[in-house]
Amino acid sequence: MTKNKHYWNQYQKEIADDNYFYERSCIRQSFFPGSETTFLKILREELGKTIIDDPNQHTCTGIGYHSDVVPFDTTMTVCARLFSLMKDAGFKNYVPSCVTSFGVFTEVIETWQNFPEELEKTRNFLRKATGREFDIPNNIVHPSDIIYKYRTELKNKMKYQLINQETGKPLKGVEHIGCHYGKIFSKHAVGGAEFPQVLAGMIEEWGGEVVDYPERRHCCGFGFRQYLVMANRGYSVANTKKKFDSMQAYKPDFVLTNCPGCTMFMDRWQYTIAEMEGITYDDKKMGIPVLTYEELAGLLLGYNPWDLGLQLHQIQSESLLNKIGIKYDPKDKFVGKSGTFLGEPNKPEKLIVDYEK
Amino acid sequence: MTNYYNLLLQDIRFKEGLSACMNCGVCTAICPAAEFYKYDPRQICNIVQTRDNEKIEDLLKSETIWYCGQCMSCKARCPRGNAPALVISVLRKLSQELGFFIESEKGRQQFAIKRSVGDNILKIGYCVHVDTVDPKLHPEQGPVWKWYFENAEELADRMGGNYNKYGPGALRIIGEKNLEEVRKIFELTGGSQLHQNIENFSKEKAKLTNTSIENEGINNEYYLHTYIENSNKHQK
Repeated sequence: MTKNKHYWNQYQKEIADDNYFYERSCIRQSFFPGSETTFLKILREELGKTIIDDPNQHTCTGIGYHSDVVPFDTTMTVCARLFSLMKDAGFKNYVPSCVTSFGVFTEVIETWQNFPEELEKTRNFLRKATGREFDIPNNIVHPSDIIYKYRTELKNKMKYQLINQETGKPLKGVEHIGCHYGKIFSKHAVGGAEFPQVLAGMIEEWGGEVVDYPERRHCCGFGFRQYLVMANRGYSVANTKKKFDSMQAYKPDFVLTNCPGCTMFMDRWQYTIAEMEGITYDDKKMGIPVLTYEELAGLLLGYNPWDLGLQLHQIQSESLLNKIGIKYDPKDKFVGKSGTFLGEPNKPEKLIVDYEK
Repeated sequence: MTNYYNLLLQDIRFKEGLSACMNCGVCTAICPAAEFYKYDPRQICNIVQTRDNEKIEDLLKSETIWYCGQCMSCKARCPRGNAPALVISVLRKLSQELGFFIESEKGRQQFAIKRSVGDNILKIGYCVHVDTVDPKLHPEQGPVWKWYFENAEELADRMGGNYNKYGPGALRIIGEKNLEEVRKIFELTGGSQLHQNIENFSKEKAKLTNTSIENEGINNEYYLHTYIENSNKHQK
């Protein structure tokens, strides 16, 4: 046991306990704005932490970098500008919302550590272009790391657990970790690339059971240019299909992800597969709900599902809400900020979106 | 004659990504792209390591280097700590610098990506923004996305956003001073030059193929061609 604990210690990472500088994600704020809001709310209101949301921030260029329309020198210098905003704010702990950004920042910092001349070059580029200076963060973690760190404190505040109200058994969750969280530099992932624990730890702590299945670590299929260009999207959907084909036999109640791309693709490609092939992966032909870790934490804390933004997913979540025993107002689902009813989205031809118990 | 290997070496990621590959093939075994496309990252590392100038030029003009999805699974699994995906990224960069990317169907797609993600970064400060994901070009996003796209301010702001307004929050307007600094960084560090290369070589190709192309935006024949064209000759 002691020997095992020693080995597990090698797979841990330092996660700062307060005073964070937050960097928003292009994809997350576009597709799941409620998740970013909920992360800030949980940190500030549930955990009493300080976290800055600087309006001067901008993209890290990650999607452009990995689709090869932004050179590495440019990406390094844009990242350096973001670090200079953190320096201006007087913070040292950097929290990029996006897993692609997290991978970009860890790659950039690793490059600077291995090749100090690249760091000096970047400092000169930034100084010449903007007159700015920057410090390398003391600590760089993904928001899912922070929720994982405080999973027990949050559990103590939760109104619900991941327990099926009808059967009394733990709900079964598939956890999908974004590739760039741990596959580039495993030392930056809780559990490394081999045993990532960041989402599994949340599911288990909050009462659920983690599904292990053959393609658990396979990419969701984003592939950057393989999705951005319509002609390449067969690659993307084929990879998601491979994962769902593999997990189907285990009858998961939900999928939990920590990467904005993965959340979106595992949601949207279920719709596409249903419409093109007539295949759904649950017994009600509604698909398997795919949630961000903030959406799951928010639901269990008792937040309104429609303020979290669950209605922005193509796979509807009522089946999961009912299993957990969460009360919700169906009439509130399609209401906007002003209180106006916005009408309902059109119905897909094959995928069922209206829940009937 | 240009020595392509020496040009590859000028990118620090090439030094990070390739050191004494022993051709074990683990990268190919784990690679999602190798399962879908006629693609073999082991073979690409092998060709580059030979330093054979003609073969490297063939690679730079090929479809092959555009098949990688940059998931970096190869980095996690390589017993030598190499990253074939980084080698691919350096090959792609050189292909665009030399104009070889227009020789392949998949390479020509760089124009579509530059005109969308590349231009978004410099115009609005985001790689992707709700307003840039038009349901007409993204049918896979489904009817919920169309509903959200048409009601973005009401819905995003209900979820705590600050849609197209100044100040902090999701989907806010990024101030001009910030954008100006990002643009200066692009000009100084080669980002703008890369964009110009993609534009110039793509316009040459459009001229050669009698395809209309505009100086800006996505409403032109060449953009749609590079966004949609699929010869279906790429898969296994």
